[in-house]
Amino acid sequence: MAGDALTATPGLRGLVSPVARVRIAIVLVALLAWEGLAASGLVIHDVVPSLVKIASALWKLLSTAPLYANLGATLYEVALSLVIGGVTGAIVGLVLGGNRFLGRAFEPYLHYLGPTPKIIFFPIMIMWFGVGGGSKIAMGALSCFFPVALSTAVGMRQIEPVLVRVGQSFRASTAQMVAKIYLPAMRPAMLTGLRLGLGVAVIGVLLAETKLSNRGLGYLVIQRYTNFDMPGMYAILIVVFLLAIVANALLSRLGGSSSSATTI
Amino acid sequence: MTEHESPASRFAPAAVGVATIVIVFAIVEAMIRAGWINRFIVPLPSAVLASFGRVIAEENVLHRTLFTGAEALAAGILIAIFGGALGVLLTRKRVLRLATETWVAAIAASPLVLIYPLFLVMFGRNALTIVMIGFAAGLPPVILKTVEGLSGTRRVLIDVGRSFKLTAAQEFWKIRFPAALPTIFVGLRLGIMFALINIVGVEFLINFGGLGQLVNELAERYDLPAMYAAITFVVLVSVAFFLVTERVERWLATR
Repeated sequence: MAGDALTATPGLRGLVSPVARVRIAIVLVALLAWEGLAASGLVIHDVVPSLVKIASALWKLLSTAPLYANLGATLYEVALSLVIGGVTGAIVGLVLGGNRFLGRAFEPYLHYLGPTPKIIFFPIMIMWFGVGGGSKIAMGALSCFFPVALSTAVGMRQIEPVLVRVGQSFRASTAQMVAKIYLPAMRPAMLTGLRLGLGVAVIGVLLAETKLSNRGLGYLVIQRYTNFDMPGMYAILIVVFLLAIVANALLSRLGGSSSSATTI
Repeated sequence: MTEHESPASRFAPAAVGVATIVIVFAIVEAMIRAGWINRFIVPLPSAVLASFGRVIAEENVLHRTLFTGAEALAAGILIAIFGGALGVLLTRKRVLRLATETWVAAIAASPLVLIYPLFLVMFGRNALTIVMIGFAAGLPPVILKTVEGLSGTRRVLIDVGRSFKLTAAQEFWKIRFPAALPTIFVGLRLGIMFALINIVGVEFLINFGGLGQLVNELAERYDLPAMYAAITFVVLVSVAFFLVTERVERWLATR
């Protein structure tokens, strides 16, 4: 990271680098501003609850069973949608990336359908897969499919011809070509697709849970909203965002890739 | 592609793509008519096609499209102003950039739209909530791309400016900003697309506003052909937006 140049500069005052100092300052200012706003009474009661209230709600949430049951339901739905959307996306991507004619025939549809709001397909998913977990998994899988398929197709086309020729000159079999040449060469592209796919699968599942569900973290959020339990809602949102950040960081580390903000 | 392509081979893939879609719909139509697919779950594609006119005439589609478009425009203006300003700030203050750029990227990758119940409490069930969700979703890519564009100006351009003894403001407006414009537009396009996706999504979720609400209402009415038609319409609007902005982006990049 570019920040290492500054963070590693020797001879800085104390142990804290300027970057770390700025970060600490931003966090402190934000927390103080939040607490000030909470104490000021300028906003409607509990819309900006005191940090103490949020911390206590978070502690209560983490120390009770319902969170883990609902977290389990969401994780199960996300994992299954990642498997279904990821595998179908990878297969479609391999076929479209490997065959120029098919790629030109069908890839434009993926390219243009990728950045459409998937949640509007939820009523169809409810009809096809029911009001239970099935429709949420379908939402996640549908969202996940597009980035994985597109990244895999692009990754397949970007394999350097010299690598393929090396494999051929060693008279590698098809299986060996796939295992030794294609998959390793496509690893970064596929992991990028998977990371983007995970991000949108999480969004798909959670949003579907907020719309119509009786379990999952999305359901917990909307339940807190209905009961106007704002500290409780903040606590769940903190848990959701931390989980998303951790999952994203883990996949980024695997792929060694940078920000996803510029890719759809 | 070095070899010369005949028109036939150039259009063959597209023709196969369109033909495949038509065939798939024909097969679905036949399966529904044969009773293999329940028509109360999947309506006849011909019925969906026929209901387009009804949806457009009776459901105020033009007004709804403009409503969603206005929300996206409002979010887009906010994104451009705040994203651009924050991008310039982070480019100017290097420490601030090093401290916060990874945070912005992390926010961009997070399920930000899930805070919509919070915005509902803060702003109420109205267009402001929807615009603010669009704004929040579209802001990070604009910041990141503005920083990338402004800090990636070619050295030679800046040296030319120096040789003309340009002031800092002149250097920004005459050199850095024009050079960064294509990259900034990439961010803006991404930002507005994220905003549009989230705006339609939240409209659907909170049953308020334009096109998203249309899908929700038709689903609640269980008007299946109209609901499928509305979903297709929303997808077509998104694709049209994507196509137009893609063209503008290419035009800017080749200027």
